[in-house]
Amino acid sequence: MDYAANLAMTLPEVILGVGAIVLMLVAAWGGQGSTRAISWAAVAILAGACVAVAGPASGGGMAFDGLYRADAFAGFAKLLMFPAAAIAILMAPGFFQRTSGDDLRPEYPVLILLSAAGMGIMVSAADLLTLYVGLELQSLAAYVLASFMRRDTRSAEAGLKYFVLGALASGILLYGISLVYGFAGTTLFDGIAQAYAGPRSLGLLFGLVFVFAGLAFKISAVPFHMWTPDVYEGAPTPVTAFFASAPKVAAMGLAVRVAVEAMGPATDQWRQIVIFAALASIILGAVAAVGQTNIKRLLAYSSINNVGFALIGLAAGTPTGVSAVLVYLTIYVVMTLGSFLVVLQMRDADGQPVESIAALSGLSRTRPGLAFALMMFMLSLAGIPPLFGFYAKFAVFDAAIAAGLFPLAVIGYVASVIGAYYYLRVVKTMYFDEPAPAFGAGDSKLEGGLIVVTAAFISPLGYLLIAPLSAWTMAAAQALF
Amino acid sequence: MTIGLIHYLVVAAILFTMGVLGIFLNRKNLIVILMAIELILLAVNINLVAFSAFLHDLVGQVFAMFVLTVAAGEAAIGLAILVIYFRGRGTIAVDDVNRMKG
Repeated sequence: MDYAANLAMTLPEVILGVGAIVLMLVAAWGGQGSTRAISWAAVAILAGACVAVAGPASGGGMAFDGLYRADAFAGFAKLLMFPAAAIAILMAPGFFQRTSGDDLRPEYPVLILLSAAGMGIMVSAADLLTLYVGLELQSLAAYVLASFMRRDTRSAEAGLKYFVLGALASGILLYGISLVYGFAGTTLFDGIAQAYAGPRSLGLLFGLVFVFAGLAFKISAVPFHMWTPDVYEGAPTPVTAFFASAPKVAAMGLAVRVAVEAMGPATDQWRQIVIFAALASIILGAVAAVGQTNIKRLLAYSSINNVGFALIGLAAGTPTGVSAVLVYLTIYVVMTLGSFLVVLQMRDADGQPVESIAALSGLSRTRPGLAFALMMFMLSLAGIPPLFGFYAKFAVFDAAIAAGLFPLAVIGYVASVIGAYYYLRVVKTMYFDEPAPAFGAGDSKLEGGLIVVTAAFISPLGYLLIAPLSAWTMAAAQALF
Repeated sequence: MTIGLIHYLVVAAILFTMGVLGIFLNRKNLIVILMAIELILLAVNINLVAFSAFLHDLVGQVFAMFVLTVAAGEAAIGLAILVIYFRGRGTIAVDDVNRMKG
């Protein structure tokens, strides 16, 4: 295959990579004054990458001698991640403008672009080497983003914790990769699948465990979740919104691809790990969130909880299960971005961000529209019908039951009731508590508009999308099997 | 005694364990954590190169070069974050990394 065809298949990542480098140079010469222009250029580049996904990038097959796979699964994940990354860029200027201390510097959109390029490579990886390079490109940019507010000690601490634990996870994943390579004799996913189909040596099983441990860290599944609340609390809010959306989709997509494509013949082995991680994440995410007073920590536990539900779909190990994971991630990303957009509106009369849940008291009287939107996001995250979040949970439980995993579905269902408690507590605080001092007025039409769009998506109107969404995710899932 | 694949794997496993323990047991200094991370990556490299030689397959050595390169980038970013952390707090003791619970 000639080089041009390879490049055509990797076009989204090429656009992101070249765009990031060009914008970095513009930032170096333009300085602080170019931030606004660079932000919009970065959003345009992400839009361009989305358009490029429609070409050979979603269905072209193997590129670069089997290192990179352009299929419908990767295409779907990219169309989910790139817009989420663009929203993370759009959220930032308002937040940094209001917060005293650090200004938004032009490196922010550039780092998001680099991270997005890494995420694109992750979901398209067809070789352990591509997997590792994509993962590191995404993570290294994310470490810097977490500590982006240089003068804020909490942000620096978040970056530090994320870096140390992230590097440890990469190390564990890499150790697993080295064992898989040694005992399978190849780093190509197809070759690894052949090795797992034959007699499995102890080395291959150890490799599988280490690889899944590393991936569990990246999706913040229990027992590798301990970094999540601290990083989510300390990082600037737009960055937290980014961490909770796009990289989570990328890591989950990567985990699905590794599980199904490379280790598919060993499904019975990894299913035990995935079931444990799923249940532990759901239960811990629900129980530990109860005592939280910081809304960003609460949303961190909520993301741990939600990853558990998505893993239920993976545990099924069937095309229906993978399609349910994609449906879940789509709805989850919209709910999470919406919740964080509301958190961005939480600020005192001086414009300084407020993060305590108590500050939401009586929000229904001071800002009824905002309170209603947050109520919808919370109830949707809890999976209460008729909101769209219910359908996400329904899809994964349906897939688990179709695969015969009854205990998993039952325990998950019961735990989702426990989880509903803390979401309802936020709603109660907003609607029934005595009003706290009112928030500063909303000044960004863009953020307000995005809240309306995300809220409309998770409203019962979203059910109109079920048919096309299911058909699309099913086509994406079939590409893996 | 000839040195076979198993000896390399044992050395790498010992180094890997030391690296992981170095991250969790060390309570003094964040620089030591960076060194422990480096130790983990080098243990992986020993594994990769040993397997590569044993399998007569070059992919493992290519992979080791990639790991080295990424490790350099990781160390640069880690030290940069450490510097801004030190500027804000004036200490790099592990026990003081406690602005947020957890």
